[in-house]
Amino acid sequence: MRNVWIVASKEFRQYFISPVAYAVATLIFLILGGIFFINVYFAIRGSQIDPDGRLVLGPLVTILLFATPALTMRLLAEEQRMGTIELLLTAPVRDWEVVVGKWFGALLFMLVVIAFTWVYPLILNRMTSPGIDQGVLVSAYLGLVLLVATMLAIGVLVSALLTNPVAAFFVALALLLALWIVGSLGSGAGAGSLVASNLSLVDHYYNNFYRGIITTPDTLYFVSLTVLALVLGSQVVESRRWR
Amino acid sequence: MIQVEGLTKYYGDHPAIVDLTFHAEAGEILGFLGPNGAGKTTTMRILTGYMPPSSGTATVAGFDVVDQSLEVRRRVGYVPETVPLYPEMSVVEYLEFMGSLRRVADLDARIEAVLAEVHLEERAASYIGNLSKGLRQRVGLAQALLHEPDVLILDEPTIGLDPAQIIEVRKLIQEIGRSRTILLSTHILSEAQQVCDRVLIINRGSIVVEDSPANLQAQLAGAERLVVIAAAETSELVKLLKNVPGIADVIEGMQEGEVQVSCAPGTDARPLIARRVIEAGLDLLELRTVGVSLEDIFLQLTREEAPPLAEPN
Repeated sequence: MRNVWIVASKEFRQYFISPVAYAVATLIFLILGGIFFINVYFAIRGSQIDPDGRLVLGPLVTILLFATPALTMRLLAEEQRMGTIELLLTAPVRDWEVVVGKWFGALLFMLVVIAFTWVYPLILNRMTSPGIDQGVLVSAYLGLVLLVATMLAIGVLVSALLTNPVAAFFVALALLLALWIVGSLGSGAGAGSLVASNLSLVDHYYNNFYRGIITTPDTLYFVSLTVLALVLGSQVVESRRWR
Repeated sequence: MIQVEGLTKYYGDHPAIVDLTFHAEAGEILGFLGPNGAGKTTTMRILTGYMPPSSGTATVAGFDVVDQSLEVRRRVGYVPETVPLYPEMSVVEYLEFMGSLRRVADLDARIEAVLAEVHLEERAASYIGNLSKGLRQRVGLAQALLHEPDVLILDEPTIGLDPAQIIEVRKLIQEIGRSRTILLSTHILSEAQQVCDRVLIINRGSIVVEDSPANLQAQLAGAERLVVIAAAETSELVKLLKNVPGIADVIEGMQEGEVQVSCAPGTDARPLIARRVIEAGLDLLELRTVGVSLEDIFLQLTREEAPPLAEPN
């Protein structure tokens, strides 16, 4: 477990000197700030502010869909391309500790970014009376963290499979998008659409967490998908030894 | 310290090493010599626990590289051929990272010690990406020495360095090798000659020869070669020397009037050659022996191993 932490803290620190991480953070804050400003500005002009923290969270989720693959793309792909993985895997570290450490480092970085976005609901809360629904806010943020953890785990898995970070970005994005839109197949009736809806990343988020409802199935969905991706990622890293 | 038995590794259908057996004693510097693609890196990767062999066994410091991989990895320091490092980290940051993964006790003191050992104290705060190839090689060595390993495995430690750096790194290896077992690969023969206690010549995945550099040279000592230069036409000189007793072969040299003569083992043909040239009324300009280098041994051994050039399909 200590090795996981050592790898994670290295990756976490690495993000603060990486241009990609700053680009991602800037993108998130810029777009989010813009959306927030426009919403509040027009609400004030219409003298009617919708007191809802989701004003921020809705667009944030969409941005994260694109941001998380950018954060995970080089984690393992670059190590494999540069050969640095050789020294990592000849250190007394288990393969899964490397994979989980990488994922956890990325998650820590995203948590910092997400924590900063909390400022917008706080502003909104000050502006409105009687303030915004804090319960929904907490639930929506909790769901967001789970969603991000899952997306990062999928990104790490893809990064383990490939040796080219750019390819890893696009493949991870494609996978996330597929898991994203599969839910829209679930709008119809029948068993097929039920399966589609249960697979969807968004349905598990927007249907409950986003509305302030924390349920066990949704939580389990995110946790199990995360674990599955990380286990597969570890298998991929281990299988490289046998080639 | 290192015990390898019947080690074989296939990449798909292609064998990289076949039935390799050798050992290295504690405190020995063992040179692993061979052309590119001979299987040196593959063997080293197996010994460091990076990849498992297809068959055969290998133990390092008494631990099996497959079943007790983590124990082996704790006791081995490894510098891969390309010295893969993180360019965006500083030297100290990198050593802190590797040292903490290796659970090095009193890490700060150890980092200071290895930086001194590889003469890198002044560049401790530099980013690895800004270092020259030679300095990066030393960072790689520092990383490998951090946990005071019993065994050091160095894959082509002098490749791509300039002559001054090569001499420095070799000196460094000899210093380090006083207290540790070192397995180092190279395709530069003079390097093995200088640095190693024992040399393994490997070609196409098999060991061709295993001996000390001095013994290897002694083996071929009988078959010495001579360079003869005389003020004459080369062809004339060849004809003249061809039937001197004790001479096995005469070939034309690089310049007009120069020939290279191979003697039969155990004979010294020099007095006879000198007399013959002068008796023919020619001026003898030079007559010297050419020592047999490891290069010659190596070429001879690997050439014998090579299959015929054209293979019918």
